Amino acid sequence: MSTGVTTVTARRSAPSGEHERGRRRGLRPTQWAGIGFVAPLVVYLVVLYAYPLYENVSMSLHRFTRATFVTGQAPFVGFDVYREVIGSPQFWPTVRQTAVFVVVSLVFQYAIGLGLAVFFRRSFPLSSLLRGLFLVPWLLPIIVSATTWQWMMDADSGVINRFLGLFGADPVWWLNAQHSLMSVTIANIWLGIPFNLVILYSGLQNIPTDLYEAASLDGAGAWRQFWHVTFPLLRPVTAITLLLGFVYTLKVVDIIWIMTLGTGSSQTLATWAYAMAFGKGASSVIRYSQASVLGTILLLIALVMGFVYLVVQRRQED
Amino acid sequence: MATVRRTWWRTALGLLFTAVMLFPLYWMLNVSFTQRSAIRNADLFPRHFTLDHYQVVLHQQLPFLGTSLVVGLGTVALTLVISAPAGYALSKLLVPGRRALSFVLLVAQMIPAVVMALGFYTIYTRLGILDTLPGLILADSTIAVPFGVMLFVAFMSGIPRELLQAAEIDGASTWRTFRSVVMPIARNSAVTVGLFAFLWAWSDFLFASSLNRGGGKLRPITMGLYDYIGSQNQEWGPLMATAVLASVPTAILLIVAQRYVAAGVTAGAIKD
Repeated sequence: MSTGVTTVTARRSAPSGEHERGRRRGLRPTQWAGIGFVAPLVVYLVVLYAYPLYENVSMSLHRFTRATFVTGQAPFVGFDVYREVIGSPQFWPTVRQTAVFVVVSLVFQYAIGLGLAVFFRRSFPLSSLLRGLFLVPWLLPIIVSATTWQWMMDADSGVINRFLGLFGADPVWWLNAQHSLMSVTIANIWLGIPFNLVILYSGLQNIPTDLYEAASLDGAGAWRQFWHVTFPLLRPVTAITLLLGFVYTLKVVDIIWIMTLGTGSSQTLATWAYAMAFGKGASSVIRYSQASVLGTILLLIALVMGFVYLVVQRRQED
Repeated sequence: MATVRRTWWRTALGLLFTAVMLFPLYWMLNVSFTQRSAIRNADLFPRHFTLDHYQVVLHQQLPFLGTSLVVGLGTVALTLVISAPAGYALSKLLVPGRRALSFVLLVAQMIPAVVMALGFYTIYTRLGILDTLPGLILADSTIAVPFGVMLFVAFMSGIPRELLQAAEIDGASTWRTFRSVVMPIARNSAVTVGLFAFLWAWSDFLFASSLNRGGGKLRPITMGLYDYIGSQNQEWGPLMATAVLASVPTAILLIVAQRYVAAGVTAGAIKD
């Protein structure tokens, strides 16, 4: 059931394992065999990654309209569209909302995930079954979870408002323009807990138990053990978790889109790009070039994060 | 005695945490079994029980479920065909530019799907493959291929060299070694990669909603569900029943394929 462990350990160990192989090669087959076996992947990456990304960047430098697909006319305008998008009154508020969405999601996902990982570290009856069940929300289609959250947050008949009502609270309009950022962030935190739990749990497994024994011999209680053993030794795993979490949260579209169509305060850079690209939700008009400007910005962030990941990983190997 | 009491306490707390975490899923089931007139009561269990929603939905959603199955299986096939040989090459053979390729795969996993969707949309319009299943399969496979390659690399670099050398001494070609020695050993990794490729393709909303909007009945189940959400008078009973149907493969795969996944996990754990 704990599928994620594979994902994570494999992702983290792949480059290092292969790196090690490169140094002590026993067998020396011809390079041609290697090229032959890797060629389909290279062709695939060029056709299905490089080409769409090239199209995206090219679109951001040309003025594309709906008519472009008929006439083929899209004049080159350099960085004009970039200036328009960044200068638009929606840009900075959207950046701010995206930042709130990402940072608040990360903080809570990590804190709750770590708490649960520590809780599950010592096994107890049913612990592995329960830990497995925690992964289910992660593996379900996001549209399913998002729909359920949308109904739970319904202002009149949603179960959350009913529950709050038991304590005499007034109904909250979860999905209106003002509150929607908070609501989608809550749902997104819920979605991200399994991922954090899995990585941090596998990180905890690598901390030698004798360190805890030594600490408890020195009279450190559970709280001090956490802050002086667990937390510092988990720092490399924490860095990777937060980094990947950042990248994954930044590109979230579906959970927000299903719940609010990215309206009001829940508009992020990714949902704004989606709305403009396909003329839905906040943007009733299709704006390909503007959408691809945002796409290119997101792409650059992903690229930078890729480099940061490499640097972090290399520093951990040393 | 004291330890027994302490673990019992932990189990109780664990059950509580799990119940809170899984509450939304329980709520989805609860609403899907509640009669239309009683849905707005928000009862904690389906007091006014009905199977009507499923009856309505099963009939309507069958074509979408079928399409999702085809798209999922197509994505699995494409992902495995591309990623298994590449994983072998990157872990065991001489490949120039291997480090650069690993970096590209890493970044590929970080690229937002909305950026890819926009690029695909332009290309597909030009090629006339918008709203087609092969187009959707190609797009969906991009979610799984980089992950697949990295998982195969991680597993295959643990295969002992002696085994491959023995095959070579017996006169096997690289292709033959790959097919008859490497792949049988890497079977569990292949199942894991296939499983995730299937789940991701099945769950995909973004590519389906942008590249396959006009597909009619030939659209995946996520679109069947989205049609309900998009309609003006939202019918929460059938909507939740559809959501439950869309979750079935996840549940089945988790139960049936758990053994393979567990094997994959051990392999991953050794590497760490």
